[in-house]
Amino acid sequence: MTDTTTSAAITEPIVPKPVSGTVDYLDQRVGAASMIKGLSRKLFPDHWSFLLGEIALYSFIVLLLSGFFLTMFFVPSMTEVHYPEDALPVTMQGVEMSEAFASTLNMSFHVRGGLLMRQIHHWAALMFVGSMVVHMLRIFFTGAFRKPRELNYLVGFSMLILSLLAGLTGYSLPDDVLSGNGLRITDGVVKSLPIIGSYMSYMVFGGEFPGTDVIPRMFTLHILLIPALILGLVALHLFLVFWQKHTQYPGPGRTDKNVVGYPLFPVYMAKAGGFFFIVFGVLALMGAFMSINSVWNYGPFDPALVSAGAQPDWYMLFLEGSLRLMPGQPEFVILGWTLSLNVLIPAVVIPGLLFTFLGAYPFIEAAVTKDTGEHHVLDRPRNAATRTSLGAAFLSVFIVLLVAGANDLVATHFGLSLNAITWVLRVLFFVLPVVVFVITKRICLALQRKDREVVLHGHETGTVRRTADGRFYEVHQPLDEFERWVRVGHHVYRPLQLAPAEDANGVRRPGGRLDGIRTTLSRFFYEDRVEPVTPAELATAHSHGEHDQLPAGESSRVGELTSTSGTSH
Amino acid sequence: MSSHEQQPSTEVARSGTDGRLPERFENPGLAPHRHRLADSDPKVSKRSERQVVVIFLISVLASIAGVVGYFVIPLDEPSILDVRLSTLVIGAGLGLGMLGIGVAAVQWARALMDDAEKVEDRHPMSAGPSVQQQAFEMLRDGGSEANIARRPVLKGAVGGALALAPLAFLVPLIGNLGADWDISKFARTAWRPVRGGDPERYYQGQYRYLAVDPQDRRIKASEITNNNIVHVIPHGLPEEEHYLEEKAKAVVLLVRVDPGLLKESAERADWSYEGIVAYSKICTHVGCPVALYEQQTHHLLCPCHQSTFDITDAAKVVFGPAKRALPQLPIAVDEEGYLYAKADFDEPVGPSYWQRER
Ligand code: HEM
Ligand code: FES
Repeated sequence: MTDTTTSAAITEPIVPKPVSGTVDYLDQRVGAASMIKGLSRKLFPDHWSFLLGEIALYSFIVLLLSGFFLTMFFVPSMTEVHYPEDALPVTMQGVEMSEAFASTLNMSFHVRGGLLMRQIHHWAALMFVGSMVVHMLRIFFTGAFRKPRELNYLVGFSMLILSLLAGLTGYSLPDDVLSGNGLRITDGVVKSLPIIGSYMSYMVFGGEFPGTDVIPRMFTLHILLIPALILGLVALHLFLVFWQKHTQYPGPGRTDKNVVGYPLFPVYMAKAGGFFFIVFGVLALMGAFMSINSVWNYGPFDPALVSAGAQPDWYMLFLEGSLRLMPGQPEFVILGWTLSLNVLIPAVVIPGLLFTFLGAYPFIEAAVTKDTGEHHVLDRPRNAATRTSLGAAFLSVFIVLLVAGANDLVATHFGLSLNAITWVLRVLFFVLPVVVFVITKRICLALQRKDREVVLHGHETGTVRRTADGRFYEVHQPLDEFERWVRVGHHVYRPLQLAPAEDANGVRRPGGRLDGIRTTLSRFFYEDRVEPVTPAELATAHSHGEHDQLPAGESSRVGELTSTSGTSH
Repeated sequence: MSSHEQQPSTEVARSGTDGRLPERFENPGLAPHRHRLADSDPKVSKRSERQVVVIFLISVLASIAGVVGYFVIPLDEPSILDVRLSTLVIGAGLGLGMLGIGVAAVQWARALMDDAEKVEDRHPMSAGPSVQQQAFEMLRDGGSEANIARRPVLKGAVGGALALAPLAFLVPLIGNLGADWDISKFARTAWRPVRGGDPERYYQGQYRYLAVDPQDRRIKASEITNNNIVHVIPHGLPEEEHYLEEKAKAVVLLVRVDPGLLKESAERADWSYEGIVAYSKICTHVGCPVALYEQQTHHLLCPCHQSTFDITDAAKVVFGPAKRALPQLPIAVDEEGYLYAKADFDEPVGPSYWQRER
């Protein structure tokens, strides 16, 4: 038994001996050969937008590495110390501060490469969340979340939430004025929770704000619990991508039943592996050349101080904006209990609704299409007009909140009144999503019509010809079948037609109410639509286009079409 | 509508034998592969190879430079310049070292590796009804071997045990997190008058003096000039226990305005002193320190979410997300003109919470 396997690996000189030897060794212990057989030539579709998730992954690895470096020098303690008189920076000498802040200064000024690693870590955090968000937009707008990938969508969604927590806990660690005020705002928000808020605040801070527990606690969450959870989810996420195989953009030869792409080994490995080094390299260069969070300019946390114009990291800005936009009136005292809706609504309800929409969207769409098939070919965003418009409307709300989070900068930069900007943004918060929805939908439908136009009449070439009888016309270059396919291959949904909620005798059908909602939603989604060109339409268009010279045009076109279709198999 | 119809049709719609057109276009299959110049011209491919090698070499040099930078720029007795330079050199070395590898690998893949797309089949995630059936049968068999059916008490016992066991972990954890859970502390600050207090800190051993922060020096009413703003803390606080927690509640803003401008209610008529008013610095929204004072309008602005309070009108909210006015601290001066607090705030400072009015 051993003999035969060994000799099989060694006698055939297909690969160099060290390789065959290693594979043989591993194969006999863990069955490596079947893994290689199964995995090494697995195909991965290629597209620049598939890199977004990779950027997130690689930024996370950079976070782990640079974060590990930081843990070697950071002291997560709120014990008060005096910064040494002979240490840099000069402005902090002798100042009273927590050990957390002192160790952050020390690692920035007296650990070679320490400042670099802090800056890399912070840039990587921004890049991590940023690329994750853009990656998610790609998933959303191309419909990559459809069956069978709904669960993996939820895995990704959970990672987004966890990464916000990672950012929040990390930002709090250096214990400078900004991070302390961030914690203080968190405390205020927590306190607004009905009934349990005050106790939750005690739970976070181990007593009253700021206490001496919060930084050690945040530290454990930040370097152990949250990264471990993210890491677990990353593993699951990637496994599912692998297992379900990657989606692909629509194109000739691509169907829901195949994968068109490059093999894992070597092309994908070289590109993806290389891309890791690119992301790492870019982040390291950012850390080297662009200073970020120079905490010694803010000074150690002091509950009496705040720096004006200070901004949280970008991924927290929407919360800040939400808090800023809310008017103060809706705080009520009911039977002696205080209900702070002026904090709860912007800090809990609105983010809650936004995130719920995001997390639930795949299930909403599946319910209105009642589509139970697997989808592996992505949608072009224009062809899913309602989804695209909903996504754009969602983004517009998010952007209003971001701008609101920087309204003071907007005010000083453009010399406008802060109150006026806030009022404009309050109105935009409600109006803009509607406007954006309507406009985006129109644009999508217009693009679909344009696609039809191009399929029917070809590309404009800019060359103008004159016919024998003196009329002018522009020469159109017809599409070849490969180019055409992208514009005609998609499926168009129609509104669901479900049985009415009540039968002829007015008796309620079980599930009738739900079906009613479903039909309404489905109509909302799919009432306006543009059908892709059919072969018959194309044939008609051609016969019209070529006028009367070709009385037999239609039939000859038919012949051409059927013959092209013949090539597909 | 059946689910089958809903799927994008990838099936080829065949044109009937009667010569009618298919209903939909058919997928034409992969477009023919276009070869790169490097595939046919060995010179081009040689050039690509040289490129890749050079980029790898740049990476090697950069990595070495980074390590050398670590050693030659010590930070034992550094200046800010050394810190900058060290950051720059190590960072550039690391960055270019990594970037070089990445760019070279990608360039290699693009220029030299086979670039023909390949096709592979996909199979539905589910292996089909027959496998499902087998799975169900296995579950049924396992279940019947476990003998759990028709044993509700056993089921209940398992569920109960599983539900309760984590409590012995969670209760001590959560129970300890909040220390003494005494949230009534939210309502008291270090301004509270005491009996027999240190006369250095307390006027007549009772009323806490106001002191400038961070010097912790008592402050006279005369030091506060018109339209000027200072923040103060209870005198002697920095030496006390729980200094930061107390400071986070007790910090107060002093402003002097033209006494004629103050709209004071009858019960607060003697809370100010010659136009000097003292308000909590902790925003009633979510607790940032209120910091910006606009002299013309006598408005205090919180930089966090821009709640704006009118100093002349009991610090009521004139704009922004806060609802409540800033709590006022009643103040007076002693014989020498030093300011002291006549009482604690008459309400909790800072953000609202459920039990606030209780
Ligand atoms: C999971 C994603 C992570 C995010 C989004 C994140 C984010 C942050 C942020 C924004 C800071 C403040 C940085 C600054 O001072 O400028 C920070 C600090 C810190 N992080 Fe992370 N981090 C992550 C993972 C990690 C990991 C895995 C570790 C350790 C293994 C780590 C260790 C640290 C340490 C020790 C600090 C404090 C040091 C300092 O502020 O200089 N982080 N993190
Ligand atoms: S904390 Fe002052 S406005 Fe929000």
